[in-house]
Amino acid sequence: MGENKELSMNRVVITGMGAVSPFGIGVETLCSCIWQGKSAVKFMKDWQHIKGLNSLIAAPVPDINAKKLIHRTLRRTMGPMAIWSAIAAREAVKDACLTPEDLSSEDTGVIIGSTTGSPSVHEEFYREFLPEETIEGVKSGVFFKIMGHSCAANVCLDLKIKGHQWATASACTSSSQAIGLGFILLRTGIQRIVLCGGADEVHPTVTMVFDVLKAASRKNVTPNQTPSPFDKDRDGVVCGGGAGILVLETLESARKRKAKIYAEILGFALNCDSQHIANPDANQMAKVMQKALKDADVSPKDVDYISAHATGTNKGDIAEAQAIKQVFGKNTPVSSIKGHIGHSLGAAGVLESIVAIESFKRQELVPTLNLNTPDPACDIELVQQVESTEVNMILKNNFALGGVNTSLLFRRWSSYE
Amino acid sequence: MNDEQIKEQVIKILAEEFELDPSELKPEAKLYEDLGLDSLDAVDMVVALEKNFGMKMTDEEALRAVKTLQDLFDLIIKLKNEKS
Repeated sequence: MGENKELSMNRVVITGMGAVSPFGIGVETLCSCIWQGKSAVKFMKDWQHIKGLNSLIAAPVPDINAKKLIHRTLRRTMGPMAIWSAIAAREAVKDACLTPEDLSSEDTGVIIGSTTGSPSVHEEFYREFLPEETIEGVKSGVFFKIMGHSCAANVCLDLKIKGHQWATASACTSSSQAIGLGFILLRTGIQRIVLCGGADEVHPTVTMVFDVLKAASRKNVTPNQTPSPFDKDRDGVVCGGGAGILVLETLESARKRKAKIYAEILGFALNCDSQHIANPDANQMAKVMQKALKDADVSPKDVDYISAHATGTNKGDIAEAQAIKQVFGKNTPVSSIKGHIGHSLGAAGVLESIVAIESFKRQELVPTLNLNTPDPACDIELVQQVESTEVNMILKNNFALGGVNTSLLFRRWSSYE
Repeated sequence: MNDEQIKEQVIKILAEEFELDPSELKPEAKLYEDLGLDSLDAVDMVVALEKNFGMKMTDEEALRAVKTLQDLFDLIIKLKNEKS
């Protein structure tokens, strides 16, 4: 989009945040647990009977009594991921002080991505359907829980949102794509406000994806010590669940509403590898970061911190470290919060963005949990303890199976306004 | 199961399925207007009743004619009697 700057595009800011994470409900809960260095990874005893599954660990969202929070007529079409999306969206909307008029204006839209619709509801459906291949007994809400845009559609219904509705389905980049797409819609004036985010659930069929590829952690006896991004003893991904929402808004709209502003989105870039469906491509990763910098018209030295994708796989962490080194050199601090909450796939980009934005507020960087001995092949500046420092600009990476690469560039608001 | 027991059972099923207070489930209550059910709920209501009473409710015309809880009681009792 950089070449179109002369068209005087809108500036885009973040005015609200909401989260449901493996630590529970709320942005404050998520950030507080991250800064305390807590791990949400657990041994999944209910998975022990699954033949061939080597990874018996995950970071699930704790039980939430949705009956108390969401009326039956809305809840009947929501699987867990849509329920969490609705809870996160409500928190974000409240945080941004959006009015019912703001929400029902066709200038306000929703973009929420997930890998698939609810895997737990998929399982329930096929358990009922397959034994006798019958659909007798299938309830009306099933399709609305498993469709790819389940989270977006249910959030629109809950909040009476009438503008754009999109669902970005690209596994690990689902929510970073959602934020990027929201940024594009606002920058170009197509929408005034967009609720952007993503969600995913812990389910054995999700962990299985990585287990089959030999990319899932097998540290079943020490769940709190894995995943360990950038560590020389890392052994793969631990899947997590959750949902996160950011309220993105044009600066003009935020100013008119006198909204509190957390950060500005300066740039976004997306490219794909088209080399291999699963293997990372360091060159394309480097290019996507360069494109995001160019989009924002800033140089690598302006970036104070990189919130890495870093899932804890052997190949992925090395490729990302190589790409970072190629673009930024060795001195820009880097960390990943996947050591704390695992890889929440569709929710990863947005939950990590929320924590990055918290870094602006606290003027502190969080370390990568479980990173004890940095892998010499990851030759970059790895944050290993909470660091107090000036944080004005953050690059947020996310990369997905299928070869999707995204980079978002955030700028602290109070630093220059 | 006699007619009264069938009615009690229908009330129990609907109260549970649609999270309603059993005291709202009066015979004259209209399913859509008074109890707030809609077309999706109508599908789920049939699924729940079929499962519970172990019978099929395939007469769509008869189902469309059900407006009140009493209409539903009458239909279920009729189907149960036919079955036995």
